[in-house]
Amino acid sequence: MIIKILGSGCKNCETLKANTEKTLKETGIEAEIIKVDDLKEVMAYGVMSTPALVIDEKVVSVGKVLKPKDIAKILENHK
Amino acid sequence: MFIFEWLNNQLLRMEWLSNLIKLLVENGFGLSIQDRLGGSIHFYIYDVIKIFILLSVLIFTISYIQSFFPPERTRKILGRYNGISANILGALLGTVTPFCSCSSIPLFIGFTSAGLPIGVTFSFLISSPLVDLASVILLASIFNWKIAIAYVVVGIILAVIGGTIISKAKLEKYVEPFVFGNKILDVEQEELTTRERVEYARDQVLEIIKKVWLYILIGVGIGAAIHNWIPENIISAVLGQDKWYSVLLATLVGVPMYADIFGTLPIAEALVLKGVGIGTALSFMMAVTALSLPSMILLKKVVKTRLLAIFAGIVTLGILIIGYFFNAFGYLLM
Repeated sequence: MIIKILGSGCKNCETLKANTEKTLKETGIEAEIIKVDDLKEVMAYGVMSTPALVIDEKVVSVGKVLKPKDIAKILENHK
Repeated sequence: MFIFEWLNNQLLRMEWLSNLIKLLVENGFGLSIQDRLGGSIHFYIYDVIKIFILLSVLIFTISYIQSFFPPERTRKILGRYNGISANILGALLGTVTPFCSCSSIPLFIGFTSAGLPIGVTFSFLISSPLVDLASVILLASIFNWKIAIAYVVVGIILAVIGGTIISKAKLEKYVEPFVFGNKILDVEQEELTTRERVEYARDQVLEIIKKVWLYILIGVGIGAAIHNWIPENIISAVLGQDKWYSVLLATLVGVPMYADIFGTLPIAEALVLKGVGIGTALSFMMAVTALSLPSMILLKKVVKTRLLAIFAGIVTLGILIIGYFFNAFGYLLM
């Protein structure tokens, strides 16, 4: 599983990345986290508010700094 | 009417706080607030506390309302309208959509990719920093309701006219090509629960306070300095009502500056108390908030210099007209 975090280099994106890492560690789910900061690449996903969370090329959340428990729920649904 | 006036004075102007700080300065520090030092300390403490209280309450309320208008929904609503009504709606939605200058670019691209005319997007981009609900309530607190409402009306008119000119001038060719034809994400966002909205509003309060507290302290500091230390004749020589160049000067100084509207309000307040025209003070505030170097640099990534210059030109001109208009007719609102 590949998880991408789309952002513009803001602080919220860092927080989302940290929360995602924490969730992976807690749930024991294996995934690769990639941070995408390039504007053109971010826009190619069609999101308008960052940070956004993308799992296996599917946008699952936009404009929210998700808490670890929210991320865990999303990962659960994704399976 | 009496009750309304009482609520206005106590809740918005916070006269109780002014009196409390007066007691503190006079009895605690042993200074009279008629004196320079006592007066500046009173102005500083009172204004800082007042702005922080109002700001927290307002951002909370407004963020709660804003949680109903994420950019995706705004874009959908705007897509249903054409012509000037789209510009008007863009300007109005600009006042309630969550927005900071760092998110203006994704919004610009997202709106444009969805096929919205760039003029409508510009109406939105102009009104968004210029007129927001928090600044309106603060204006009502510092000046009065008539001025606050007049400010909203002229701000929205400026956004509509600016966007319409950009639409009519067919400036799409000055937008960077990669902006067009991006994928449009159309996942239906799940409705937030009330608890999530409250959490969102609370986070916004913390985030915005963290971002603007320094501007407020500096802004009120400058306000206090103007209020008590700079002689009135110097200020009126430069920015006085009778000087034709006062509005021009206030606008040109304000354009490159970057500060939050909450930091500029106390400066405007002090200037008006010193006899500067309300139009001059409003021009300064609008110039600082609507145009700034950082937001220009961001916009430069997606539009060519020509369009950027036209955008800045229209907004500056509009602010000048508003300034002169308020200086000429502002006495009707005081």
